[in-house]
Amino acid sequence: MLDIAVSYNKYKFLGHEFLTWLWYVIARDQGAFTDSSGSSFSLIIGNRIVCENIVEDNTVETVIIKGDNAGLEEGLLALRKGSVVTELSLSLNYLEQHWEFNLKGENFHFTGFKHPETEKITKKEDREGALLEKIYLYSKAVELIDQVFSDFLKLRLSEKWKTDILNSMKVWIKA
Amino acid sequence: MGILSSTVSLTRYRVNGSFSDAPIEHVEEGIRKFKIQDIDNEPSELSVGWTSLFDPFNPDFEGSSFLVASFFVFSLRIDKKSVPVKVINKYVDIEEKKRLAESGREFLSKNEKKQLKDDVKNILLMKVPSVPNIFDIIWDYDTNRLWFFSTQKAANEELESLFLKSFNISLIKLFPYTLADFELGLSDAEKDLLLKLKPESFME
Repeated sequence: MLDIAVSYNKYKFLGHEFLTWLWYVIARDQGAFTDSSGSSFSLIIGNRIVCENIVEDNTVETVIIKGDNAGLEEGLLALRKGSVVTELSLSLNYLEQHWEFNLKGENFHFTGFKHPETEKITKKEDREGALLEKIYLYSKAVELIDQVFSDFLKLRLSEKWKTDILNSMKVWIKA
Repeated sequence: MGILSSTVSLTRYRVNGSFSDAPIEHVEEGIRKFKIQDIDNEPSELSVGWTSLFDPFNPDFEGSSFLVASFFVFSLRIDKKSVPVKVINKYVDIEEKKRLAESGREFLSKNEKKQLKDDVKNILLMKVPSVPNIFDIIWDYDTNRLWFFSTQKAANEELESLFLKSFNISLIKLFPYTLADFELGLSDAEKDLLLKLKPESFME
C-alpha cells in the first residue's frame, strides 16, 4: 500500500482520465448505462465542465464551460490541445428518479449533490426515517458512479484500452 | 450543509479498523469524551468536538441518539471566534495610553506591551460569541465506510485528527486510487497493473 499523500498526487490523473472518458461515453452512447441488476440508468452532462492542461513550465491552463445551454465545443477544443476533464457536473436518472451533482476528478468530491425529491419532514419523530431515506438515495447515486468508475478502470487496465478505446477517444476529440 | 439540507457536499472515507467488541459502547465513549466544549464567555479562539446530528447545540447523546438503524450518526462541530486585528490594536492603544497616564511613565517595556496585548485580546475574545460550523457524519460500521458532509480541507483535517484521537482508528480518504485499491474488488494482477499506470495523452 502506497503512502496516501503520495498515491493522491501520483494517481490524480486517474480521476481526470475517468471524467474525460465519461464525457466520451456519454457523447457516444447518449449516457446509457446498466447497473449490476440489469436496470438501466443514464448520465447527462450538466451545466459545468472544467478542463485543465499542464503546459511546459508547469503552469495550469483552465477552461471552464458554464451555463445551462452552453456549447461544449470549447471543451473539446481544450481536449484537442492536451487538456483533461478535471470537474464535471452530471445528472443521473435511475428508475424515474433524478440526482444532480458535480464530481471532481482528483478527489471524487461530490458537491452540489441533490437527490430525488422526498417528502418534507413535519414531525420530530419522522426525522430518523427521513435520514435513512436520504442515506439510501445518496448511496444509490454513489454506488452507480462507483460502478461506472469500476467499468472504466477495468477497461483502463485492459489491452482493449490501447487497441480500441484510446484511438476511439482520439477520433472523437479530433472530430 | 448537513445531510438534512437540500444540497450537500460529500467526502468519503474508509474506516481503517474496528473495535474488538461492543462497538456501540466504544463509539459512545469516544464521542462523549471528545464532545464539543462551549467557548462562549471563555478566552479560547477555537473548539472542535463531536455533537449530536439532530440537536447540535445540545449534545447529550442520550438513549443512543447517535445510532440510527445500523448507522452511527453524529456531527463534527467547529466553533471559532475571531477579533479583527484593527479592533485589538484600537483597544491596545487606549489601554497603553491609560497605563502611561496612570504611571506617569513615557513608555512601556516590550514585555509589558506584549502582556497588555494578550490581556486585551483575551478580554475581547470573552465578549465575542463563537461562530459554530456543523458537519454531519454517517458511519456505516459494518462496511467500514464513513461519509463526511463537507469537502472543506480544514474541516476534513479536523475530522481525521479527532476521529483518530477519539476511537484510535484512522480514516483513509477515498479518492480514485484508494477507491480502486480498497473498494472495487480488483484482483492482485489488476492492482499490480494499477501501480504501473502512467498518465495517457489524448492528443494525436
